Amino acid sequence: MVAYVLRRLVAAVVLLFVVSVVTFAIFFLVPRIAGATAEDLASRYVGKTAGPEQLKEMADKLGFDDPLYVQYGRFAKGLVAGADFSTGPTVEHCPAPCFGYSFITQNPVWPDLVDRLGVTMSLAAGAAIIWLVVGVSIGVLSALRKGSIFDRGAMGVALAGVSLPIFFTGLLALSIFAYNLGWFPPGGSYTAITENPGQWAYDLILPWITLAFLYAAAYARLTRAGMLETMNEDFIRTARAKGLVERTVVVKHGLRYALTPIVTIFGLDLGLLLGGAILTESTFSLPGIGKYAVDAVTNNDLPKVLGVVMLGAFFIILANLIVDITYAVIDPRVRLS
Amino acid sequence: MSGRGVQVTPLSDSAAWPPRVPTAFLDVRDLRVTFRTDDGLVKAVDGLSFSLERGATLGIVGESGSGKSVTSLSIMGLHKGQSVTMSGEIWLDGQELISASPDQVRRLRGRKQAMIFQDPLSSMHPFYTIGAQIIEAYQAHHDVPAKVARQRAIDMLDRVGIPQARTRVDDFPHQFSGGMRQRAMIAMSLVNNPDLLIADEPTTALDVTVQAQILDLIRDLQAEFGSAVIIITHDLGVVAELADDILVMYAGRGVEYGTADKIFRQPEHPYTWGLLRSMPRMDREVRDRLKPITGTPPSLINVPPGCPFHPRCPYVERNGIPCRTVVPRLPTDGSPGVACHIPEKERKQLFEDEIVPTL
Repeated sequence: MVAYVLRRLVAAVVLLFVVSVVTFAIFFLVPRIAGATAEDLASRYVGKTAGPEQLKEMADKLGFDDPLYVQYGRFAKGLVAGADFSTGPTVEHCPAPCFGYSFITQNPVWPDLVDRLGVTMSLAAGAAIIWLVVGVSIGVLSALRKGSIFDRGAMGVALAGVSLPIFFTGLLALSIFAYNLGWFPPGGSYTAITENPGQWAYDLILPWITLAFLYAAAYARLTRAGMLETMNEDFIRTARAKGLVERTVVVKHGLRYALTPIVTIFGLDLGLLLGGAILTESTFSLPGIGKYAVDAVTNNDLPKVLGVVMLGAFFIILANLIVDITYAVIDPRVRLS
Repeated sequence: MSGRGVQVTPLSDSAAWPPRVPTAFLDVRDLRVTFRTDDGLVKAVDGLSFSLERGATLGIVGESGSGKSVTSLSIMGLHKGQSVTMSGEIWLDGQELISASPDQVRRLRGRKQAMIFQDPLSSMHPFYTIGAQIIEAYQAHHDVPAKVARQRAIDMLDRVGIPQARTRVDDFPHQFSGGMRQRAMIAMSLVNNPDLLIADEPTTALDVTVQAQILDLIRDLQAEFGSAVIIITHDLGVVAELADDILVMYAGRGVEYGTADKIFRQPEHPYTWGLLRSMPRMDREVRDRLKPITGTPPSLINVPPGCPFHPRCPYVERNGIPCRTVVPRLPTDGSPGVACHIPEKERKQLFEDEIVPTL
């Protein structure tokens, strides 16, 4: 088990390195291959009015003509140890992990990301709890009562849930519950949990439900299919043959087995969401990573995009690592292979 | 071996002791099991009767789809859902199971009657240790602390011949070999000292070398625990090894029922003849190819009218009309018999003249 975890950890670190190489290549190598000169790259870092000399000077300063491994080394060092930028009279230190400074706001990217991470985490964690509990419960009940009115109704709603986009359900929820009925705060409301936990939850209820609806629908369908298959397994018959009560058979023997694929997908979904719940954050104007990413892309704000990409990749790798380890805890057969 | 005694019913209360209550330990009367499917009603078991005493072994033999497993699952009360209809009577130690509530049957299941399944790998939960699964079976019927149950599990594993049971008890099913898994499965089914053990093709998924060991084990344990055993198989070699009585099933019905000795020495049903003829014999010279029974088993949705075996029976022409129109049945009181229209004398003659030379 320890060896398995170590192997996974090493694999995760290697993967992070590969992601950093690929990200570097996308942002700095691909434009060169496409024909951009060092000056073209540098032009993104200076104002539009800069003359050729300024561009040349900037390109030199940022080292766009250096050999690739030197450029990557500088990029990687910035991520791990931070970087120093000379602004003429003073030297500015950009602490690790350094993605650079926003072209628009001139702020370093990382502290901004950290600020927004709280919002995204609040959104993702709350929604995840709701969709797991609701989705899995409905899936199990549907499977046990296959073909019943409950099953048909639940699966109908679930089909709607996976089919309707968030910007539709979100806007609908906002217009009904926030603007017409006034039960919940309007879009853009967010209070940090450290300030006022009650207000935090109250502000996030609509985004949570909207996001959870989509995922709960998918999870209900998935759980139902998994349970239906599992309850026909031979070991379920064995469990019944022992004379166990039906609830034990369903939960301990059936659900435990059926949940394995759910755990995998849950980890990946959560990892993906932590990299930014783009649609939900945009619909509810929540200042999270997703909204940050959208702003960065629309403004062609390269360092910010770089930061979001690396952060998203980090969360997905982390989620995969946790899924792999959880898998080994759940299924003893995994530990050996 | 505790708590098992003869149930004493007060003689004065004659109303509670109707004459219909059978005296055999297990008595199955006119069992019918039908499944509703999209294609129609499947008559998986259609009027089956047999009985079994404690300490005796019954072999149920037949092709795939003849209703062997459905019968055993009925005795276990493991048919679930609205698509199944059961009728008839299953008396187990004085209690009728078909009319009993699901919860009553559940309380008996695993304690009174237990079952060994065909494929021990898929029949065990892959996520729990062998020990945990045996302990669970024990604690389902015994209110004992985990420590006691664990010791019981170790003892049982030891008894069925698992080496180093004390450490292997914490292994997972995938860490056992096929034969060891079936031993563990047997330990699990015997952990509550069941009075009736049903083994559904217990050796089919196993290596030939292991098969004999498992059969020996079942026989030894039966002698030790005094349980009644039903062994379900399509392998006549297995029943020859173990069974006192044999019930031959075809298309959900019993076609021949009698002692093992009788079935092997003087079988009277053409289907039983076919089964015996298709069995490889090592003690004879290899003269010819094996003789399979011609044709295929009938659909249980459209069972042929009359004798269900008549489309495959080589003697149908000779015997004429009743085979195609009248259903031959075994006695419904669970006594031995042959479900065949050929007169008994002629059957015996046919066997001597035509079948014996070809065996």
